[in-house]
Amino acid sequence: MSASQTTIFVPRDAAALALGADAVASALAPHATVVRTGSRGLFWLEPMIEVAAPSGRMAYGPVTATDIPALLAAGLLSGGAHRLRLGLPEQLPFLAQQTRLTFSRCGVIDPLSLDDYRAHGGFAGLERARAIGPAATIDTVLKSGLRGRGGAGFPAGIKWKTAADAAGARKYIVCNADEGDSGTYADRMLMEGDPFCLIEGMAIAGFAVAASKGYVYTRSEYPHAIAAFDAALGIARAAGWLGADFDIEQRVGAGAYVCGEETSLLESLEGRRGQVRAKPPLPAHKGLFGQPTVINNVITLASVPVILRDGAEAYQALGFGRSRGTMPIQLAGNIKYGGLFEAGFGLTLGQIVNDIGGGTRSGRPVRAVQVGGPLGAYFPPSLFDTPFDYEAFAAKDGLIGHGGVVVFDDTVDMAHQARFAMEFCSAESCGKCTPCRIGSVRGMETLDKIMRGIAVEANLELIRDLCHTMKFGSLCALGGFIPYPVMSALEHFPEDFRRARLAPAA
Amino acid sequence: MADYEPWSVDRADAIIAARVREPGAMLPILHDLQAVFGFIPTEAVPLVAHALNVTRAEVHGVVSFYHEYRRHKPGRHILRLCRAEACQALGCEAVADHVRSRLNIGWHETTSDGAVTLEPVFCLGLCAIGPAALLDGRPLARLDPARFETALDSVS
Repeated sequence: MSASQTTIFVPRDAAALALGADAVASALAPHATVVRTGSRGLFWLEPMIEVAAPSGRMAYGPVTATDIPALLAAGLLSGGAHRLRLGLPEQLPFLAQQTRLTFSRCGVIDPLSLDDYRAHGGFAGLERARAIGPAATIDTVLKSGLRGRGGAGFPAGIKWKTAADAAGARKYIVCNADEGDSGTYADRMLMEGDPFCLIEGMAIAGFAVAASKGYVYTRSEYPHAIAAFDAALGIARAAGWLGADFDIEQRVGAGAYVCGEETSLLESLEGRRGQVRAKPPLPAHKGLFGQPTVINNVITLASVPVILRDGAEAYQALGFGRSRGTMPIQLAGNIKYGGLFEAGFGLTLGQIVNDIGGGTRSGRPVRAVQVGGPLGAYFPPSLFDTPFDYEAFAAKDGLIGHGGVVVFDDTVDMAHQARFAMEFCSAESCGKCTPCRIGSVRGMETLDKIMRGIAVEANLELIRDLCHTMKFGSLCALGGFIPYPVMSALEHFPEDFRRARLAPAA
Repeated sequence: MADYEPWSVDRADAIIAARVREPGAMLPILHDLQAVFGFIPTEAVPLVAHALNVTRAEVHGVVSFYHEYRRHKPGRHILRLCRAEACQALGCEAVADHVRSRLNIGWHETTSDGAVTLEPVFCLGLCAIGPAALLDGRPLARLDPARFETALDSVS
């Protein structure tokens, strides 16, 4: 390799790989120094490559391996013009409109280069925490207003303070990377594109509450994130960022959605069935192996370094109502411009789906948008004025969850979606509480009857009653929130429940 | 393409011994066993139980709780097809119908020539480029019947 070779950045995010990024990298290798990065999160443009041109990083996309000869002929190595040339990435409207704090390095740096990480502001948060001490670190997180990004929205600083104040022989930081909600991929992108950021966030948490060990529980459906994060752990350990005072181990789940619930995750880490624990005791008092434990989502922990680095006020200044800071919104499903959009809370759902997402990929009208994963409500376009904020969504009987926005066009059958919610719950219920275990099966059977046109009004009344029982009688959010998609489908799309699809049973 | 080892008590004992001292070793041990043998052989259950000082019922309970642990040997290739909402919005059920009729198998089944095992999965984090799948761990996007055929050809 000659020193004068041009550098080209090619993502190795799983989504880019699915669209042929490895073949692109191989085709470029004889001509340039290829650096693999995470993804910028503009998935309709993946594989999106960036050439280190004199004028800045010039982006091209979507590029396939067969485009490379023509691109080279057009002067790719010096940022030459071509129909696939997009311009400087920061000036692409999708990126220019964002406030990238947690994802500032994702897609920019080599995820496994500590030098790159440092050069882009890495470890400044951890150094700041060490300089101000544990109490002031917790205070900074409290004042930033950071709430749990996994879905529950509980203030992170309060969890940390509770664990710090709890007495225990050993304390743990557990990172929930069991990102099971359909329509979400922020955790995956971060672990593949900027894993040191999560390591730094966990190290800050460990320092703040005096924990000596961290576990990251990653879902098995993310083989690339698992590999990237394990590689990053090895590098961080070898460089002395992990080890003596605080070390991190990654554990892999085994395909149980309910293990994204924090107490179920702890059971799984301890080697048991992922059955939900009753609270209290809170994990902050008695968590992993009975010890005080901070359990936070990937994005919560990965947002901590920038909060420490830039101060609580800067983070707190962004947002809407009681939702402070930024949220990585993940545009998914039948959407034209699908990708990760990090912005302060408060954009309306309509801005997100239509202005940023460009409507459906199919070109048909948007009929429903499910926000917050399988437990989130289906919103019709008439609710598109709802601001992206924990409280505003709750007020409309929905939730923002982990920030997934799944768009459906007008071919969707909402009775089918409601039935799927019950079916999913029956398959994924841990079985500990009756409303969830039995209710989901009965809900599925009753929706089958409705879809066959059998005693529709009476059975719809039964569904409403059942949802009420599940909502208030379930032990955790799985059974407790599955009424959201079911009831929102019923409420906003009643016509779909009143046309028989199948012949009535004889 | 997976190259699984035939059952061996000695091999299983070694896998278990490598992890047994770790706190909460059950899932890591089961993952390692499945990586080597392709599934959790019934014969492994008492070995794990003995090593972790729990009952066989407890090990069976864990194996049966988690969707990912197989109790039968899979085919040479494993296709994990996403069936979650974001992929539903892009027509994954029609792709699934095609795959099942083309391979002539149902979910969790293996083709008669032992080539492909089909497993459902609920979200691969490829939700903006669905329908998505993993074929032997390799991600596939925007699946339709033609892309599925190309992917299948690439491994057979």
